[in-house]
Amino acid sequence: MAHAQEHTSHTKLIWKVFGILSLITIVEVILGIIKPDSLHLTHFLGTSILNIIFLLLTLLKAYYITWFFMHMADEKKNLRRAVVWTAFFLIAYLSTLLLLEGSYIHDVLGPLTKWNY
Amino acid sequence: MEATIATNTNANNWGGGNQKPLGASYGKMMMWFFILSDALTFSGFLAAYGLMRFKFIDSWPIADEVFTHFPFLHDVHAPMYYVALMTFILIFSSVTMVLAVDAGHQMNKAKVTFYMFLTIIGGAIFLGSQAWEWKNFIHGSYGAIKLNDGKIIQFVDAEGHQVTLESFAKEIPSERTQHIKSKGVWFVEEAALPAITVNEVIEGFKEHPELTIRTEQLNTEIKKKTIIPREKAMDYLNESNKVVMGANLKENEYGKTLFADFFFFITGFHGFHVFSGVVINIIIFFNVIIGTYERRGHYEMVEKVGLYWHFVDLVWVFVFTFFYLV
Repeated sequence: MAHAQEHTSHTKLIWKVFGILSLITIVEVILGIIKPDSLHLTHFLGTSILNIIFLLLTLLKAYYITWFFMHMADEKKNLRRAVVWTAFFLIAYLSTLLLLEGSYIHDVLGPLTKWNY
Repeated sequence: MEATIATNTNANNWGGGNQKPLGASYGKMMMWFFILSDALTFSGFLAAYGLMRFKFIDSWPIADEVFTHFPFLHDVHAPMYYVALMTFILIFSSVTMVLAVDAGHQMNKAKVTFYMFLTIIGGAIFLGSQAWEWKNFIHGSYGAIKLNDGKIIQFVDAEGHQVTLESFAKEIPSERTQHIKSKGVWFVEEAALPAITVNEVIEGFKEHPELTIRTEQLNTEIKKKTIIPREKAMDYLNESNKVVMGANLKENEYGKTLFADFFFFITGFHGFHVFSGVVINIIIFFNVIIGTYERRGHYEMVEKVGLYWHFVDLVWVFVFTFFYLV
């Protein structure tokens, strides 16, 4: 059973990561329910500070899931980059363009929408 | 000549040789690249949702007002709680999955079996929860009026809280019956008549002076829907086209139909991933029980389905953020 000696149990790490993920989710839910005006009614980078916080917390959760649940941390650096960088840059590119385009369409069409009768 | 002969074939390696590109087995690497492509598919959908949301940034439905139900709590405004519960269920089934993978590394068959079983149960509970969420969304909560140009009008009381159409609509007896093929021209039929007609809503509205209406338009200062003073309400209601209850692909009592379309499509696509994940997990679960991987000498198959299962959880993290939080 050479195999069994190679791999020590990671149970402790797994529960720790579960704790972190739960904590982040709880923070997100609390912020989502309260929606403090000081964060929600602000403008920052095209959206509110609250949304930026949500986005960062989401990326943090994605990091923990990928690195410790999917064991990306144990893969070779090149495999990690082939998967993570490809996804990251393509998604960042696509969403930047589409969100800019969406704002533009809104700027053009928004004033044409009739809201009073 | 030695170099041209594969002396030690290994089914886990590329082409059965001795080389392991990027240090990963064939199956694991292919699972990673499948996950990469699937991640790009999901981001395409979510980015399209973002495009439409930015296009209608001043009239998009507010998620807190849409998803407000919780099991066994009736007439309680409970935004977020249910979807938070669903998120926990999925994260927890991810934990049991990674524990199964961990037990597999130690060749502990009993533990792998147990944790795989828990993972399957978690996936099944998540699917049931999603079905319940869809049911609530399809049935709706308050009902609304759709105007001739497709805009949605909702009814609010003096405090600005939404009220159901049933609570104020006046009951007007009507002879109108649903036109079905057997009752009229054989090639003409119509959809089921709504329980409440536009006329009943408008007459009821006139008799309840405390009520007024609100439009889909967001007041960007306070990020709330614009409430129209009662004096002007009839100008809107004169444009009424039909009563909308709940949401489907054609209309949505909460506002933009596109919101419902994207919700059904993206959560549906994700739900289908969960469903296929559960099916694959069940297959692997039985393989574990009959000892396939014990004989093979390693539990890499559990790792591979584990990757897929964690990916499903990963996607849910993003769906949760973009549909319920931001």
